Amino acid sequence: MKVSLFVTCLTDLFAPDVGMAVVKTLEHFGCSVDFPTAQTCCGQPAFNNGYPAEARALAVKMIDVFHDADYIITPSGSCCAMIRDHYIELFHDDPDQRKLAEDFVARCYEYVEFLTKILKVDLSTLSLPENETFTYHFTCHLRGLGATGEPAIRLLKQLGGAQFTALEKAEQCCGFGGTFAIKYSDISGAMVRDKVQCGSKTGAQTMIVNDGGCAMNIGGACHRMGASFRVQHIAQIIAAAVEHTAGAKAS
Amino acid sequence: MNSVKESSSPKRGLSLPVFHPDFMAEAHAASADAVLHAALDNSVTKKDYGRRSSLAELPDADGLRQLAGDIKRHTLDHLDYYLELLERNVIKHGGAVYFAATREEANDLIVDIARRTGSKLVVKSKSMVSEETELNDALIAAGIEPLETDLGEFILQVDNDHPTHIVMPVIHKNAAEIGHIFARYFKTPFTDNPQELAEMARVYLRNRFNQADMGISGVNFAIAETGSLVLCTNEGNGRMCTTRPRVHVALMGMEKVIPALDDLPVFLKLLARSASGQALTQYTNIITGCRRPGEHDGPEELHLVIMDNGRSKILAGEYRDTLRCIRCGACLNACPIYRKVGGRTYGSVYPGPIGALLTPLFNGLENHKHLPHASSLCGACFEACPVKINIPEFLIKLKRDEVQQGITTRSERTVFKLWAWGLQHAWSYRLGQVVQRVMLRTMGSKDGWIKKLPGPAAGWTAQRDFPIPPKHDFRYAYKQYRSGKNRAK
Repeated sequence: MKVSLFVTCLTDLFAPDVGMAVVKTLEHFGCSVDFPTAQTCCGQPAFNNGYPAEARALAVKMIDVFHDADYIITPSGSCCAMIRDHYIELFHDDPDQRKLAEDFVARCYEYVEFLTKILKVDLSTLSLPENETFTYHFTCHLRGLGATGEPAIRLLKQLGGAQFTALEKAEQCCGFGGTFAIKYSDISGAMVRDKVQCGSKTGAQTMIVNDGGCAMNIGGACHRMGASFRVQHIAQIIAAAVEHTAGAKAS
Repeated sequence: MNSVKESSSPKRGLSLPVFHPDFMAEAHAASADAVLHAALDNSVTKKDYGRRSSLAELPDADGLRQLAGDIKRHTLDHLDYYLELLERNVIKHGGAVYFAATREEANDLIVDIARRTGSKLVVKSKSMVSEETELNDALIAAGIEPLETDLGEFILQVDNDHPTHIVMPVIHKNAAEIGHIFARYFKTPFTDNPQELAEMARVYLRNRFNQADMGISGVNFAIAETGSLVLCTNEGNGRMCTTRPRVHVALMGMEKVIPALDDLPVFLKLLARSASGQALTQYTNIITGCRRPGEHDGPEELHLVIMDNGRSKILAGEYRDTLRCIRCGACLNACPIYRKVGGRTYGSVYPGPIGALLTPLFNGLENHKHLPHASSLCGACFEACPVKINIPEFLIKLKRDEVQQGITTRSERTVFKLWAWGLQHAWSYRLGQVVQRVMLRTMGSKDGWIKKLPGPAAGWTAQRDFPIPPKHDFRYAYKQYRSGKNRAK
């Protein structure tokens, strides 16, 4: 299966490991992965701040960059939700571009969604290098995708050596919200501290956060507050399990 | 949180009263108030879980929400027809109907009715729309005594405070605070025992119900087909207000009408579940007309005041769907921001996500420019809304209106235009990424994090650390990986 990676601007700059984990795991599951280098940003910051014309220009660019991709996979759920919830409506007055947008939207998947809905992977043959306890933060974009946290938790639980504990107020926003975190930092700070406190209460070693923005926010608050858990994208965990399992087989 | 009622409406002529104009100052104080956060978690967050579990008992809650939203949309699309039908049927059952264009007009009409009927003491059942009109102030100015009889509203009236939640008005006060308020008011020894406090209010109010000349209620649903007014309450005070006094005045926003009695169960199934996780409120009153000949109770007169107060302006534009709101408060309970700032921060009658939307629509964006922005757009409100108002999408539209009306700063508009231009080309995107990486890598501490960002970004580091970008970006890592793989071949 041929897939194209939309890595997103935040992951490109701040979390190349997450991008590489997506590439390697998708290859492990039998995909050939391609990375169109002309890609930039989905336009979400402009759209969310009331600049639809600017978002539209970036949407045109995105659709063009990925015009011949079979599937477009992104590790960042909120970018995927931006595409799915708003790209078609952005071109309400341009039938030709709208058609292209519809076609593009139908090929876009968030990473976990692609693993569970299209590849239908089973991770029970994989095991982690060491036993690890996890908790899972429900990133808000899942609502935009019409999804729940269940598929990601199911995947985690399949991994050998993974223990799962539920997060209190899991579905409560971490307070990222793009420019919101900066403009309304008092409110955002109270929100993220709540998230970190709930995470600490679980006693888990790792919190799974499948979005670049939320991960930066929760990770930054963890560091400021001296919390004991780390923040990881699920692709990083699966990649570690893939590598460990392959190594174990080889030796 | 011991707020003193400030002078209402600094700007007369606004559709909604403004209790305080400084969103940022309120947000700053409330965000640091751990007592408030614990109290809100204990109430609204719990109610939100109650909503979920009670809705999950229904065979198809989502389908029901869709249906409720569709009924509301249909009604709003034909509002003139249904309001006329409602008027005819209320009159048929012996009631009188008035239309008020503004909140001042609504208050004047009610004061007139009170004067005409010689009413001195007015008992009130909980009504958000009378908060909107500041009816109590108008009655007092006319020499008429209004008495709130919902326990929460009564506490607020005694303490000269405002509701901070649509259905749980006194959520910002704990039992001890209420104990002190009652000790002062009733001149009794202090207690913070909720049962004792409720009993004090109950005994006092029961006596006053018997003395009252007029009862004023809101309306949860007005049924056009039958001319019935539906009132959902938990305390029973609403039933006392609408049956005991000789005059009943009901005040409603014009969007509260629904077409037929058959539509009512759809909303009753959703309202209490969404508001408080109950299957139904303790009392559901369906009031059709006043006392008929031969009947031995009920008011002698029924007056229905239907208020516009800016609603027809909203109805005419692209924000029509916001008028579907049935004031259940579910979006407040679900909102992570409301849980941190409480209702007072929103500055007007309607707090929370729906307030962030309605307040600027009623009063003008220029008077409430923070409200559309102070949202992380997480979508919890849309998910909770029983009539499927897409609040986040409307907030984005309001921000777009701000840009178009020139309310946002010129520098912000320039930044977004430049940013979007830069992202249209791979080279300028890469240049931007490189510049960010180089700059950010000079700011970091030894532990790999940035403690203080410059300029507007300082808001980030005021609350949490910022990561230093790794030495190489994804593109570089990917290229290395591919060339390594090719060599391996």
